[in-house]
Amino acid sequence: MLFAIIGGALIGLSASLYWSLNGRVAGISGILSGALLDHGHERWMKISFLLGLLAAGVAFAIFTDRVPAPTLPLLPLSAAGLLVGFGTRMSGGCTSGHGVCGLSRLSVRSLVAVLTFMFTAALTVFVVRHVLKLWVQA
Amino acid sequence: MKALASALLAGLIFGVGLCVSGMTNPENIAAFLDVFGEWSPNLAGVMLGAIAVHAAWLRWGARKRVAAADQGPSGSGRRIDAALVGGAALFGVGWGLSGYCPGPALVALGSGARGAFVFCLAMAAGMLLREAPRWTTRRSGKASVIVP
Repeated sequence: MLFAIIGGALIGLSASLYWSLNGRVAGISGILSGALLDHGHERWMKISFLLGLLAAGVAFAIFTDRVPAPTLPLLPLSAAGLLVGFGTRMSGGCTSGHGVCGLSRLSVRSLVAVLTFMFTAALTVFVVRHVLKLWVQA
Repeated sequence: MKALASALLAGLIFGVGLCVSGMTNPENIAAFLDVFGEWSPNLAGVMLGAIAVHAAWLRWGARKRVAAADQGPSGSGRRIDAALVGGAALFGVGWGLSGYCPGPALVALGSGARGAFVFCLAMAAGMLLREAPRWTTRRSGKASVIVP
């Protein structure tokens, strides 16, 4: 739990720096779609953020066991990816944009989004693990 | 150049935070979401740590006001509508199924595993599908702010 809180605090620090130094909300889904679809400086800023994120992933994958490879079969994995991409852009945010940044700003919209995706995610895990009993390691 | 460096630093710290917190392991996400299994509160700890720091920063530390053009996902001028709730519901299903939200999915690319690339490609495709109206702004060169 200590690592969870420390890691969370680092995420909060990152969101704060990006807000104050770049004047942007650190929502990863928005940053990724901006890196794909924005133009000029705006796009390069988002690409820079993603490069930092990826560098952390590469370093932790090499030196620790904290970045495991996905274990889900490729078909459900890609279906999930489509839903995450489409859904986050439809609602305008993900766990970071609505969850961290939105809730920090006491946004009611973000609270509604967070409660909604927490509910459907928990429901999905319940159905997959306890009703269908799929992909569960013993 | 300064903006690119600070964005790189912010991304790096964000990624380190995700890795330290353990949220890059889908098992830890499932452990939080699986209310009827062996429930783990760690994800709530991550959210609380992040919100405590960021909320305090916004309240007492932030000097620069955010550009009006980017009120981000939580723009206060926008309504609670079907897109917000429907999109969040779809995202939740994908998140519950895989244990990946966008941040951890991108960090997982560091593992070099095929599954991580498949997930991120599908995620990007989902985003492009939803934001199809923005494809055309590329030619016109206009600012492309789409309100979902």
